[in-house]
Amino acid sequence: MMKIKVGQGSCGISAGAAKVYEALKTACPESLATVSVTGCIGMCFLEPIVDIYTESGLVRLVKVSESDTEDIINFIKTGDINFVSRLVIKDEDKQFLEKQTRIALRNCGNIDPESIDDYISAGGYSALQKAVSEMTPDDIIEQLKVSGLAGRGGAGFPTWFKWNAAKSETGEEKYLICNADEGDPGAFMDRAVIEGDPHNLIEGMLIGAYTIGAKEAIVYVRAEYPLAIKRLTKAIEDAKSKGIIGNNIFGTEFCCDFRIKAGAGAFVCGEETALIESLEGSRGMPRIKPPFPAASGYWKKPSNINNVETFANVPWIIENGGEKFFSLGTQNSKGTKVFALTGKIKKGGLVEVPMGKSLREVIFDIGGGMRSDKAFKGVQLGGPSGGCIPAEFIDTVIDYKELSKTGAIMGSGGMVIMDESTCMVSMARFFLDFTAKESCGKCTACRIGTKRLLEILDRICKGEGKEGDIELLSDLCERIKENALCGLGQTAPNPVLTTIKYFRNEYEAHIKNRCCPAGECIDLIHYSIDPEKCTGCSLCSKKCPVSAITGKVRESFSINRDLCIKCGRCMDACRFGAVRKGSGDCE
Amino acid sequence: MDNLNNLLLLDPVLEQYKEVPGSLITVLQKTQDIFGYLPESAIAYISEKMNVPTSKIYGVATFYTQFRFNPVGRYFIQLCQGTACHVNGSQLIEKAIKDELGISDGETSDDGLFTLKNVACLGCCSLSPVMTINGETFGSLTPSKVRGILNELKSSAESEAE
Repeated sequence: MMKIKVGQGSCGISAGAAKVYEALKTACPESLATVSVTGCIGMCFLEPIVDIYTESGLVRLVKVSESDTEDIINFIKTGDINFVSRLVIKDEDKQFLEKQTRIALRNCGNIDPESIDDYISAGGYSALQKAVSEMTPDDIIEQLKVSGLAGRGGAGFPTWFKWNAAKSETGEEKYLICNADEGDPGAFMDRAVIEGDPHNLIEGMLIGAYTIGAKEAIVYVRAEYPLAIKRLTKAIEDAKSKGIIGNNIFGTEFCCDFRIKAGAGAFVCGEETALIESLEGSRGMPRIKPPFPAASGYWKKPSNINNVETFANVPWIIENGGEKFFSLGTQNSKGTKVFALTGKIKKGGLVEVPMGKSLREVIFDIGGGMRSDKAFKGVQLGGPSGGCIPAEFIDTVIDYKELSKTGAIMGSGGMVIMDESTCMVSMARFFLDFTAKESCGKCTACRIGTKRLLEILDRICKGEGKEGDIELLSDLCERIKENALCGLGQTAPNPVLTTIKYFRNEYEAHIKNRCCPAGECIDLIHYSIDPEKCTGCSLCSKKCPVSAITGKVRESFSINRDLCIKCGRCMDACRFGAVRKGSGDCE
Repeated sequence: MDNLNNLLLLDPVLEQYKEVPGSLITVLQKTQDIFGYLPESAIAYISEKMNVPTSKIYGVATFYTQFRFNPVGRYFIQLCQGTACHVNGSQLIEKAIKDELGISDGETSDDGLFTLKNVACLGCCSLSPVMTINGETFGSLTPSKVRGILNELKSSAESEAE
């Protein structure tokens, strides 16, 4: 019997996968094939994706639409590939997956995330069974220590150390918490794991709860991820009904309850003490550390908090042994890391690679390089807390220490690619706008510091920069880093510092020449019409909402800069490439 | 909405959560699910039933971006301002919406049809720039594509009104 699987992560659904699934489900007779759902395969650029498991192997169809239903059914009936050959994935796109090593994402895109039986048939929950029936908490901590697993939320703190600290605390009441408040704009690794393989997270967390002695496990997940919440809720219910969550798990003394708490939209809640405040129903403002959550966390009880991807690695480590995980990666960083590859990249999606791969391999070999023919300019790692790595450091390897040397950080996995048309000053402004809005306001350095940084960057982007602004920015950045209370404030200046370090000339161009070399800052650009290319078709002047374009038909048109509001409609409308965007003295 | 019958809709929620410590955010989320926003009268009602000062409720509700204090338009536009969308031109999309509807972030159009809300990352970065309208996702936007979508919604609302 053939199997049809339709990838249905949030991005697949946005691209139309739900409609494709419904159409196939309706059209495909049950006697012919089963039609089911699977999670994100990671190749967002090819969604919607339909996998057909035939007797002779997997046929992967990409960019499928409802109208392809009939041909797909014909292919299944006859086995004649010609019906669907136009949809079959190209060899060059297959590389996207072939060059990856998947541990945290091992089931994503393969199993039905809404079926616990699918997970169990894929070997699921055997690590938990092994952990609770054959291993002591110390054995598990030892395996984690051997594995070298470090926190995947960004800081890279050894996981065994945190678990050991929470385990060593006395007291009956302890909590195990998963931080799924993936607020970093441009990152969706955790969403994909929860949507694609929720039981893997549950299993990793239960192993953690057993290890530290917690009787309750809580997932704090962003409210902006409704599908993740829905699938995780179902997974928890299914695991409860199978006795995997609850009392005497796998016939042992181990008992653990499990619940979800939906966040309400606050980036700072990714900070663990702010997350705890939010769990307790308050404003999510960070606490002063120490005491650390391991000693005094949720309701002042010992608590351990890890990121989704960290937990997602745990069952694999228990199953395969810490040494196997240790064998992947570099001297300082072990195992794999998941990245959300986005921005001006040709093949955006979810990528899991062993530590030690270079950025070049990820961006060019897997991601296929730039979307347009423009040159690669840099990559932002770690979102608003991270930094920008310029093109000349493209051979830097993925390793906590090596990445830190550039001024960026590993971060949680957001990897936003930028090309020549991205203005780095505007990019820094964008991140500061974000952190200034998300600053909780508890400490002065962050509350006022980020606001002042934003004001200066705003001014520079408007062409009102002043001599000395770069020095002022740098000085302010250092002070915020030194004095902010939590990770949000301490890292907020990183995008400014790294862009000044690597793209100082762009700052200078904005300040001294009042121009934006990338042509992005709207106050510094202007539109003009190339008389050589203009055919006088008058389409642009018809589209102009403020009548700024005048001329005679079949002669050249021109734009009145005093009237122009820079909406770009003329450029969209022109079929001859005659409308140009320029910026001051950069030309 | 200020009538007591509507507030009674909250009773099952309050019954379920009033004894659960730390459940204020959950209660507010369920309240917003019911009314579409957090009406003043509902906050007063929650305060009374849960024995939490309204100042604390407002403190929490204003801290988190999810909560609204005004009803939204018929079409609720969430415009993604994540990094990938920014890099791929979300500010041009915001400008196009502003030009077309005359509303900025957080505002509702005079005809009550559209509300615009900027949001951090919707998580479908490969389709950037992205917006959702009443939960439906529109990806790979350009200013002209956005104008087309908005005009279509406007005319369908007009034809319904006729």
